[in-house]
Amino acid sequence: MNGTLDRNRAADYPLRRREVVAAMLAERGDMLVVAGLGAPVWDCTAVADHPLNFPLWGAMGGAAAMGLGLAMAQPDRRVLVITGDGEMLMGLGALTTIGAQKLDNLAIVVCDNERYGETGMQLTHTAGGLDLPAMALAAGFASAASISSDNEFKAALPAIRSAQGPAFWSIKIRAETLAIGAMPPKDGVTLKDRFRSALLGAA
Amino acid sequence: MQVDWTGAIISVLRDWRVRQVAYVPDAGHSELIRRCDEVDDMRLVPLTTEEEGIAVLAGAWLGGQRGVLLMQSSGVGNCINMLSLARVCRFPLLMLVTMRGQWGEFNPWQVPMGQLTPKVLEAAGNLVFSVDEPGQMGQTMEAAARMTFEGPAQAAVLIGQSVIGAKSFGK
Repeated sequence: MNGTLDRNRAADYPLRRREVVAAMLAERGDMLVVAGLGAPVWDCTAVADHPLNFPLWGAMGGAAAMGLGLAMAQPDRRVLVITGDGEMLMGLGALTTIGAQKLDNLAIVVCDNERYGETGMQLTHTAGGLDLPAMALAAGFASAASISSDNEFKAALPAIRSAQGPAFWSIKIRAETLAIGAMPPKDGVTLKDRFRSALLGAA
Repeated sequence: MQVDWTGAIISVLRDWRVRQVAYVPDAGHSELIRRCDEVDDMRLVPLTTEEEGIAVLAGAWLGGQRGVLLMQSSGVGNCINMLSLARVCRFPLLMLVTMRGQWGEFNPWQVPMGQLTPKVLEAAGNLVFSVDEPGQMGQTMEAAARMTFEGPAQAAVLIGQSVIGAKSFGK
């Protein structure tokens, strides 16, 4: 292949996805979570099948935009979007749509293993020189950072939970295929209704 | 007598408490967008691409707010996969589509998607309403909004070129 992508480096990244997501969701408080399709959904559900998680089973490219709509509707709640690099890349324009709105309660975290995890671990564009946090900053985010070590991650955790948004983190995680474990419901109506019921107290 | 069909749209949107107005603009929507910007409790959400708006409005609904998606018929083509989000989860989704490539179109590049728009929306399971005469706007909007928000359902109101006037760019 004649591209600029590195097929080897992500196999050695020290941060592990399940631990990273578990740490972000521990003490979640009243955070609302949108999980992009694939491994981020398995990661979130490994912690708990929480009614205030909205796990996507499709709609690739839509996770950040969905977080935006939710954050605008619920300005007093923190909204955390946890998604993968492939999913974020498919909806990259959403970063600029977010940057065009005034809001401070939205955080986007990309668990970046530089792979399309559900389709055979093919490389994504983040396996090269692409700097997603730089793109978020250029799009108007209040803050954005890349995380690749445990020290950086631990230092960033409070900010992920509460820094003024819109905020963006790309967390470089090891490219590995993990057993799925628990799955959330696939039924979209169930997911929608239980989220709204938990949040709004209504059907 | 000139019918204020934009006013008729806004009236229905306000009656149905629509708050988020997501759009990729079209000339036919410019008056609507301008007037929504003047309404305090409506929030304009300009998009980079139309399918973003479907995801935005799904998030809005999870958060308890209603919205509307404004686009040109060319943008419908960009929406097809994301429409399955609204369908599978049964999110209410109201789409206002200004038509191109339909009646007196001068730009042949608009014709494929213009002709496809009603067929593809129907094939994807959306309710499709058409307005081809300004006086029909108010009651069609009311009918579409009721089915969208009380269904919930996904519905598109196609605003024909005979309503907005076929664009000519002076040609």
